[in-house]
Amino acid sequence: MNTPTEPPRPAGPSAEDSRPAPVKAVPVRHPGRWVASGVLLVLAAMFVNMLVTNEKFNWPFMFEHMFSAPVLNGVWTTLKLTVLAMLLGISLGIAVAVMRLSGNPVLATLAWLYTWFFRAVPRLVLCVLFGNLGILYQNLELGLPFDNHWMPLLGLEGDARFFSVPMNDVLTPFMAALLALALSQGAYMAEIVRAGLLSVDKGQTEAAQALGMSRGKTLRRITLPQALRVIVPPTGNEVTAMLKDTSLVSAIPLTTELFFQLQAIGNRTFDLFPMLVAACIWYLAITSLLMAGQFFLERSFTKGDRKAQAEIAIMQSKAGH
Amino acid sequence: MSGNPSGTPDAAGLPERPADDLMVVADGVHKSFGRLEVLKGIDLQVRRGEVMCVVGPSGSGKSTFLRCINHLEKITAGRLWVNGRLMGYREHDGRLYELHDKQVAEQRRDIGMVFQSFNLFPHMSVMGNVIEAPVQVKRESRAQARARALELLERVGLADKAESYPRQLSGGQQQRVAIARALAMRPELMLFDEPTSALDPELVGEVLEVMKDLAREGMTMVVVTHEMGFAREVGDNLVFMDGGVVVESGDPREVLGDPKHERTRAFLSKVL
Ligand SMILES: Nc1ncnc2c1ncn2[C@@H]1O[C@H](COP(=O)(O)OP(=O)(O)OP(=O)(O)O)[C@@H](O)[C@H]1O
Ligand SMILES: [Mg+2]
Repeated sequence: MNTPTEPPRPAGPSAEDSRPAPVKAVPVRHPGRWVASGVLLVLAAMFVNMLVTNEKFNWPFMFEHMFSAPVLNGVWTTLKLTVLAMLLGISLGIAVAVMRLSGNPVLATLAWLYTWFFRAVPRLVLCVLFGNLGILYQNLELGLPFDNHWMPLLGLEGDARFFSVPMNDVLTPFMAALLALALSQGAYMAEIVRAGLLSVDKGQTEAAQALGMSRGKTLRRITLPQALRVIVPPTGNEVTAMLKDTSLVSAIPLTTELFFQLQAIGNRTFDLFPMLVAACIWYLAITSLLMAGQFFLERSFTKGDRKAQAEIAIMQSKAGH
Repeated sequence: MSGNPSGTPDAAGLPERPADDLMVVADGVHKSFGRLEVLKGIDLQVRRGEVMCVVGPSGSGKSTFLRCINHLEKITAGRLWVNGRLMGYREHDGRLYELHDKQVAEQRRDIGMVFQSFNLFPHMSVMGNVIEAPVQVKRESRAQARARALELLERVGLADKAESYPRQLSGGQQQRVAIARALAMRPELMLFDEPTSALDPELVGEVLEVMKDLAREGMTMVVVTHEMGFAREVGDNLVFMDGGVVVESGDPREVLGDPKHERTRAFLSKVL
């Protein structure tokens, strides 16, 4: 008889071989999954069949035009627009976020107004609006303000303008597109950068200030680098979104842009649908590349993040001993 | 301790410039956050080379006062001089003019500060932390700054950790790096805000040792602390604050051994 204080012994294996026997159980069946897979397979087969047999897709025609010179040029314009609009947008975003957090009421209000306007107005509307700014002024001029009012009062002739260029030379469709996209992006980036800056512990700013660093130095050397952890991931998404939104500038119209080119070919040849499919394929391809780039950027970003690295190193060294 | 530092009083009865042997002079310092008055007239002086310990219950305004000294907080009334300079303002013909951000930053260079939560820069190595301000603010050459940083890290016993990152260090080590970082600017005054309160008990000693060394070398220090042993051993002066005023001050051994004030006695009976 066992004494009551002794724990009950498991029956079976001896003390040396104390590992319990592996679990042998019948797994739960999922008949629903099989049914769903079957249905999907049939649907996929129908889809592929349609792609192959429906002549409206006109694949040879599509492949012939998809890589023609104007289309490739369109891809180039689209990429250029994406990169430039993002670079401008990010710079603007940082500036506006800093203004917003500066504690200067004039700058903060200005920043708020800017984000309010450019987040409220749709990008498509902005693009068309900027494309038509030439209606307001024929020439872009630099001079003293209100000269047409005060010069006659002083009995002066002529004007006080030093510099003038025709609006159409400055505000080309490309410039209009770039301005519309960059200004709009700046507003979104401002919010992202602001969230990033606010995520940095206040003690960091105080430590930097206590060391005698000015506000600008503190921002550049201490706050902004730490805010990047929060800023970079959503910015990657913004790049992808920007690439897709460049198709909006075909409404300006910016005729060299990818979507405009593909549509133009479709309209000219009265065979539009294959060109729309070509557009899908182009955007899919570039966006997928960007997403892959984003994946590696984010990974190497946490890799380069010494904090995370250090944590991993510590964990490993502890596990080793 | 009276609130009238030696110096020529101006028309308003306020001194124009404190005597040279005074590092910190607070004269009727008030600080309010909105309608909450946290400091209600602090008068005190810290002489060069002196270690002043500040004790008091939570919320009494100790941190706020310390942060007023290097102008991290703007005082709402009174005057505060450090090293003979009015902090954060310029006085001309009896009027105060606020200093620009850059000028305030310049005033802060002579004042080192050590925080309860260390506040090391996590994206920089220990070396990066220590040379950041000398290189960026004082425009020292990197080589020169690194050499001095190694000296300082040696002094706080962390020369072998120069290339580590803050996260890889214990709390006590981080706080010693923070002290080295502050010393790298060659401050004339060091402020400590409960430097050991966030530390595990067994790590408190190593930080206090470094602070004692500093005191022995003649550094002027204002230390907010709950370490009464430290206050007794190295403090030249002890201030007991409660409710935004200095309730009692004097030689630490006397104040701690025989408190005159009822509030001091009540507080000490709780912490000792
Ligand atoms: N930025 C601020 N805004 C509003 N109130 C504040 C601010 N900083 C401090 N206070 C208030 O001022 C009072 C004094 O705070 P302080 O941090 O100076 O106290 P303390 O003596 O350092 O306390 P502890 O021992 O807990 O650190 C507290 O009531 C606190 O809530
Ligand atoms: Mg405090």
